[in-house]
Amino acid sequence: MGGSLARKDRTRAALLLAPAYLWLTLAVFLPLSAMAFFSLLSDVPFGDREWHVTLDNYRAFLETGTYAALLWKSVKLGVTVTALSVLAGFPCALVLAKVIRGRAREAMFLLVILPFWSNSLVRIFSWAIVLRGNGVLSAAIDAVLPWDVRVNLMFSPTAIVIGLVHSYLPYVILTSYLALQAIDDSLIEAARALGAPRRTILMRIILPLAAPGIVAGAVLIFVPVVGSFMEPRLLGGRLGTYYGTVIEDQFVAVFNWPLGAALSFILLAVVLAILAAASPALRRALR
Amino acid sequence: MTHRTLARLGRAYLGLILVFLYAPILVMAAMSFNASAFYQLPFSFSTEWYQKLWHNREILAAAWRSVWIACVVTVLATATGTAASIALYRHDIPGKRLLQALLFPPIAIPWLITGTAMLIFFFGIGIDRGTPAVILGHVALALPYVIVVVTARLATFDPALEEAARSLGARPWTVTMRVTVPWILPGIVAGGLFAFAVSFDQFVVSYFLSEPGDTTLPVLIYTSIRKGFTPEINAVSTVIIAVSMGVMLLAARYSKFGGDR
Repeated sequence: MGGSLARKDRTRAALLLAPAYLWLTLAVFLPLSAMAFFSLLSDVPFGDREWHVTLDNYRAFLETGTYAALLWKSVKLGVTVTALSVLAGFPCALVLAKVIRGRAREAMFLLVILPFWSNSLVRIFSWAIVLRGNGVLSAAIDAVLPWDVRVNLMFSPTAIVIGLVHSYLPYVILTSYLALQAIDDSLIEAARALGAPRRTILMRIILPLAAPGIVAGAVLIFVPVVGSFMEPRLLGGRLGTYYGTVIEDQFVAVFNWPLGAALSFILLAVVLAILAAASPALRRALR
Repeated sequence: MTHRTLARLGRAYLGLILVFLYAPILVMAAMSFNASAFYQLPFSFSTEWYQKLWHNREILAAAWRSVWIACVVTVLATATGTAASIALYRHDIPGKRLLQALLFPPIAIPWLITGTAMLIFFFGIGIDRGTPAVILGHVALALPYVIVVVTARLATFDPALEEAARSLGARPWTVTMRVTVPWILPGIVAGGLFAFAVSFDQFVVSYFLSEPGDTTLPVLIYTSIRKGFTPEINAVSTVIIAVSMGVMLLAARYSKFGGDR
């Protein structure tokens, strides 16, 4: 009797789980496997095209050096954007978690993470309007400074970094805030009562305890930035060639899908390596 | 430095960050009401671009497509995601941790990789590019968010309530629909709003999966910007930002984003 009931339960659970997980299999896991297969082909296996299994696409990455250089350029972009976001975002999270109280905090918190849920493409576009030559920023600086300056940041690496920091800053504020909020205030009170200067409290108590949150935020920023292509395209113009834009080109312009798949897979390997390295901190941050 | 000064400096800094986050969006919104087609200052108020928008068939069609795709995605992702969350909560399933871990790839892997992989696979099995492919992809991206939000709400649900209903003779379906679902409804609504936002704001995956000339709004905006931008795009972008921020404010009313309780 008990056995049959348990089996009934199991069937019911399987029926409830099946739609969601079959969907994920069809739309995420099988596609990733298909991409692994494609990356080993000499040509797309559609119609009457000739194709065979080869490592040429990966060899192209290793031998030409162009792709590796672009991947390095994207990694450097990722490091820059992540570092700037952490430096700007952590103090902000600290103020939110430890200075502001009550309803004001709730409202501020919502204001900080609201842009994170709005359209990223539109936000990048809004920077294009601000940064372009003779644009609003240029006019504002002209109005403040007495001498004539021409500010045109558009289509420069600086523009790309500004746009990306703007897009991803809320992540690190969110994760740091959650970690900081979990720190018991009495711990800080105790340290202060024992005569610890502010610097010591920050370095010896707050930073170590908030570290998992900071690392989680950094990973959440670094991973998508390394694979970004829309931001460099719109804000970087002709200087905006990065690893992501090369992958985009393979699929929408050059139509070399096998090479694109191999490049995507190499990026996936980099991403997974970073996620694996950060997983202890991530697990602690997400609990 | 006294504690008060420090706190004041902190508040000022937070204000600066908020200016950085909102200034470009506000500038974009303001420029959509500027008469000049080349963003020339001084500013002169006009609703010309919104009127033009209203007569632009291509943009209207894409906007309509974005909205109904997001609605379909919301229904599908919320239904399947809620079912999965209830199963994960109620039953001690073998491999539960693995099932939960499988929710992270769609969130953690850059959309560029997921999107191109979907393109390859859907093309290979004959689904091809187009609206069905976009919906398939969006639901997969939205599902993990729904499951995470609904599971968080389920954590506040007392299993004794289900037990009581069952011991009073309620059938499993009745227990679910009359006891469990009403309790977690705020979580389901919040999850649905997240799903809507994920789909409505999605650019990367839609970009690889939609048919040229038959695209969603963000993809249309991207291709138009690359041709050179006009205040009409400002106008439609302002509308998009207003819609998605409105949806998220609604979602915030139903769930607290893991912030204060």
